[in-house]
Amino acid sequence: MAETKEKSLSDEKPKPRVRPIVRLGIFLISHSFLVSIVCCTAGVLALFLLPVLAKNTYISENALMPGSASPMLSNQHVSDGNRLVKDLTNPNSKSSETGIESHKIIAQYMLDLGAEVSFHKFHPQMNQFHPLHFFSSPVSGKIQENYSCSSYGINTVGIIRAPRGDGKEAIVLVTPYNALKSGFGEALSLGIAYSVFSLLTQVTWLAKDIIWLVADSQYGEYAAVAAWLREYQTPKFSSLSTPNAEMCPDVNNLFELKGHSISGSKFSNSFRRAGTMAAALVLKVRDQNEQFEDTISIYAEASNGQMPNLDLINVVNYLAVHRQGLRVNVEKLWPLLNSSWLKSLGEIFESLAKVAKSLYPKWKFGIPATEYVEGTATLASSLYYQALGVPTGPHGAFRDYQVDAITLEISPKFSLDKVWRNDILLRGGRLIEGVIRSVNNLLEKFHQSFFLYLLTSPSKFVSVGVYMIAFALLIAPLPMVAASLYVDANSSSNCSKGDSSTPSAITDTDEHGIAIRSWRWLNSAKLVFIVHLWGAIVSLLPYFISQIPDCSPTTSFMIWVLLSILSLLTLNSVLASPLACAKATQEKEWALVKSVTISSVFIGLGLMSVINFATAEIGALLMVPMCLLARPLKLDVRAGTLRSFCRLICNLVLGHIAFPPAAFFLLKGMLDGFGNANVGDFWMWVESLWAWNSATYLFIGMVQLPCWVLCVSILFHTC
Amino acid sequence: MVLLQRPHILLLLIGTHQFLQCWIAFGSVNEEGQKQEEFSEELLLKPLPDHKLLAHFHFQSSGPPSTSNGCHHHLFPKAISQLVQKFRIKEMELSFTKGRWNYESWGGFDPLSSSNAKPPGVELWAVFDVPQHHIDASWKNLTHTLSGLFCASINFLESTATYSTPEWSFPPASGNVRYGTLPCEAVCTENLTPWLKLLPCRDKAGIALLLDRPSLYRGFYHSQQLHLTSTGSSSEGIDSGIILEQTLTVVLQPNSEMAIEVHASEKHIQPSWSLSSIFGKQVSGRCVLAKPSSVYLLLDRGLSAANGLTSENFWSNPSFELSANPDRIFLEESSSHSKSLSILYMFQVEKYCESEPFDIGLMWKVPVAWLCQQTPLHASRFLMGSGNERAAIAISLKSTQFTEGFMSANSKDGSCELRVDVFQVVPWYVKVYFHSLRVFVDQQPRAVSDIIEKIHVSPSKDKMSPGVMEVVLKLPCRVNTAALTIEFDKGFLRIDEYLPDANQGFDIPSAIISFPNFHASMVFLEDDSLNKSPLLSKFQEKCPVMSYTEVLLVPLTTPDFSMPYNVITITCTVFALYFGSLLNVLQRRVAEEERFLKAKAAKKTGRLPLLLSKLSAKLRGSGINQN
Repeated sequence: MAETKEKSLSDEKPKPRVRPIVRLGIFLISHSFLVSIVCCTAGVLALFLLPVLAKNTYISENALMPGSASPMLSNQHVSDGNRLVKDLTNPNSKSSETGIESHKIIAQYMLDLGAEVSFHKFHPQMNQFHPLHFFSSPVSGKIQENYSCSSYGINTVGIIRAPRGDGKEAIVLVTPYNALKSGFGEALSLGIAYSVFSLLTQVTWLAKDIIWLVADSQYGEYAAVAAWLREYQTPKFSSLSTPNAEMCPDVNNLFELKGHSISGSKFSNSFRRAGTMAAALVLKVRDQNEQFEDTISIYAEASNGQMPNLDLINVVNYLAVHRQGLRVNVEKLWPLLNSSWLKSLGEIFESLAKVAKSLYPKWKFGIPATEYVEGTATLASSLYYQALGVPTGPHGAFRDYQVDAITLEISPKFSLDKVWRNDILLRGGRLIEGVIRSVNNLLEKFHQSFFLYLLTSPSKFVSVGVYMIAFALLIAPLPMVAASLYVDANSSSNCSKGDSSTPSAITDTDEHGIAIRSWRWLNSAKLVFIVHLWGAIVSLLPYFISQIPDCSPTTSFMIWVLLSILSLLTLNSVLASPLACAKATQEKEWALVKSVTISSVFIGLGLMSVINFATAEIGALLMVPMCLLARPLKLDVRAGTLRSFCRLICNLVLGHIAFPPAAFFLLKGMLDGFGNANVGDFWMWVESLWAWNSATYLFIGMVQLPCWVLCVSILFHTC
Repeated sequence: MVLLQRPHILLLLIGTHQFLQCWIAFGSVNEEGQKQEEFSEELLLKPLPDHKLLAHFHFQSSGPPSTSNGCHHHLFPKAISQLVQKFRIKEMELSFTKGRWNYESWGGFDPLSSSNAKPPGVELWAVFDVPQHHIDASWKNLTHTLSGLFCASINFLESTATYSTPEWSFPPASGNVRYGTLPCEAVCTENLTPWLKLLPCRDKAGIALLLDRPSLYRGFYHSQQLHLTSTGSSSEGIDSGIILEQTLTVVLQPNSEMAIEVHASEKHIQPSWSLSSIFGKQVSGRCVLAKPSSVYLLLDRGLSAANGLTSENFWSNPSFELSANPDRIFLEESSSHSKSLSILYMFQVEKYCESEPFDIGLMWKVPVAWLCQQTPLHASRFLMGSGNERAAIAISLKSTQFTEGFMSANSKDGSCELRVDVFQVVPWYVKVYFHSLRVFVDQQPRAVSDIIEKIHVSPSKDKMSPGVMEVVLKLPCRVNTAALTIEFDKGFLRIDEYLPDANQGFDIPSAIISFPNFHASMVFLEDDSLNKSPLLSKFQEKCPVMSYTEVLLVPLTTPDFSMPYNVITITCTVFALYFGSLLNVLQRRVAEEERFLKAKAAKKTGRLPLLLSKLSAKLRGSGINQN
């Protein structure tokens, strides 16, 4: 009250009282520079604080009850599994060229257990770019005409019906297996799955059916699982679209030999189904390993950063660590582990926590520096793989059908010892048994725990409520800066006009002029719109380029770049050359362009954070500083102060980093070293992005690239 | 006088007594002439191909129309007769089932499976003998009564959204039939105990003694049924006879703990079993009230063919050994479409007593493999699609090679057609688009009008009635596969309409696939003695072959059930903001404020004069107060 009174007195002209919320807004906008610095630093800092803020995981769904029952998997089952491993690694079984023999062995083993067995033949599908199939359900019937008998895979599927269950739900166990060149690890994973399977045929507690899918991975693990899922969920009834694999002689052979089996009714060459899938586990065993402990790696990221329910990971982690004594790993960005700056940051946090604890003993948030470094590396990889939008394993295919799935990769410590092999079969089998038993206990589907989270270690996570803060802080200055720029641009031009005319005449003669000037931003909006349109065109171009036959990645990339530049120029010239419309009178034109760019970036980032948070976060880290700092280089050169010089340097650096290919090569160089960087790599990477329907691709094409172009155009603005 | 009169009275008394005795004797004769209440207990054992054993208990009580003794019964359960009289039930069937009937290995063509294979959960249908507009009311009362009788949540079938009215595809075709299922009802002992209470000997004597709960519920399939039929002139209602059939079908695994240790080479030999090893109990004599009390062992056609059993050599059978000598052996009447015959061994329980309990065992000597007779087409149903918005139901029919013989037998004239009836009820929240019905025959899309001969559809009404689809398909006999798909939208429910475990998903009850062209019946020779056995006479009836498909689980979108709290907080916030700003706006007088500001501007005084004026005003004010 006193303030306003004072103000009104000092301003001579009394103003009506302004609402506090509006006043706050005006205050923030007028101090946007300070606010943006504070917010951005806080955002980055919050991101680095996430490993410290991570909470311990806990099993949220009470029905899971992991580890409450003692494992029933005995040495009998292990020796059964061992028998299968021996039969599969036996050189006789590999005599056949197509590897059909080993499929037969597996099928026979399943049949002997009393399971229902069927083969599923599939043709690997080429991943193609379908511009309009982003976000569409995987129903899309990709029909290929030129199927040949030479290329098909055979999935072997065994189903145990729960003796007293109603068959409404099923649990899927997947073991990828390449019959042609299977390593010992794959055979071992089959052995583990078989020993669990043989146990599950005898148990009485089964409430859900068990499906064991031996996915033929000669055309990739994902392709096999995806083909099976497609057939399971969206079968084609008409023969026009299904490949006639039955005509191929090998396949017929397969069925004939099985036909004479004694329990003939259990085997069928038709596709067999169980109920709605409750969860899926993909089991792999790594061949070589240089670790000193038996470890198990969990891969959870599915397409577009979707994660399975956290409870599934919790159950695996709990059982592996507390019951089977395995070490659990989640993917880490290894280069980060050795970085000294991260270590020192961790030490700073640690010492800060110590100080805080000494001040008030209840503040316990510190973690040791080494743990912090590991947490950050895990968090970074978690962010990276989610942002990439490409599934990290065959489990990704399940997530497309809303089935929670993870890949477990067991890496045994040393190899080729019988005792050791039995041990790994027993422990791996008991782990799988425990997980299946827990999921079997579930009455409802997974819903209790988190779906949106980042892992900082197998037993620590950051939930959406926490990691959103860092992102929100990062993008919070954007609307403020946009508003302040807009206000500045308007008021400064007002002032310049006002200086020329007499101050008394402003009120009535310039009413019209103000109205026109306040709509001036439309001009900039047009420019921004055109650049975004160009972005859309650029992201559609690869579809046409990929149609060109026999094109190496490098040439494709070059064609893409050329076409993009060409299209930008044509668009520029056709649509009234918006880049060159900066007239001398509108010296603050760049401010308006920047304001509209920032708003569009804000909208784009906001939308992306809903679709794939990690992409938006990484994008915000790159784009927010660039957008905020962008200022015509000329102005900075003209000013010649230290501050403007710093800004100039920052602008130039950011202008290079934020260019998507540059960012890609930088990241790649950081991870793999700069030695083997190739221009074609970017094309390959982009190809993989669209093949997996990753929204990141759209984001780069339609948000990041236009933003970069606009910022660069601001940098080189002539004013 | 008194002395004289006494003998007269005595005489009179004697006379009346004699007369009464006569009358009573006459009465009993009369009753025998009518029909007496009867009770029969039978058990049928049948080895199944996948090393399992089917045990089918069949108890039948019949209450004749009884005008003479009013509402009193000797054997017949009073609760049931009252139920029938009250609700005028013509026919009713209630089944409690746990587990799935495995049509592929346990067969689907014989009378045993086509009448005893039931969908999981509770299934109830009833035919009423009341005017059309009273049926729904009777049904509702009936569900409540049964729910009380059997300790089950049958009363949930009361709401119109859960039961349906099949027009013609449901086998006991009649307009007065109501049909409802509860697929997720858990079945356990609490349902069995009231069921046993209806038996005159409960489970204290006779064959029912075998019903040992732990071994029953350890089984792979368990279906407990109650079938009621009113006979006679039912228009008056009161004097109609009632036949109550109580059946319990279980599929058990004989000595499963030994099967683990069996080596691979011996795995193919069927496990040997005996009544005591399966049920852990023996039959120590019949229930004294039961008229026929017998145990049967059925070797079906496939098994007897695999054993090389024919009508000549079934006495001297080398492949298995029975621990007790059968009292009689029945051979199936040879039929046109199969060479092999079923064989039925009969054992009479009456001969056994406490000291010498009845225990039949079967020892296999050589491995035998055979297959049960299957339905002409094997039906399976599944969900298609993904996501929370749309999906499709697909019913796929696959021919089983077993019935090719029948097909060729039926297709003497060139145009052979196989009729398949499909009866499908879908809950209202599964919004089926009937126009999207598609038919595929042998992997070729076909026009719906070519294949579907007759279709009856009653679309669902939200929260009112389920959708019903009855289809008659005419398929060519040589069909290999056929598929029916229909799309649906997943509806949204109100928060109070969700079931307790909403995140599990919602069930679509089983569809019924029936083959009206085919009838499953087993006619045994030596008919004269068979009249006594209700079980065998039931086998002789021609019942249509039908099979149930799987229950489907549709995941629907579920709200966050902690949401009421969130909703309350957010609405409170919104209300607070709204009313706060509204009051603010209402309270504010813009014109006055402006005038005030203008007045201030007009004054245009500096700070010091303003302070002075304020001070003086205060002083003056205080001065006034002091005054």
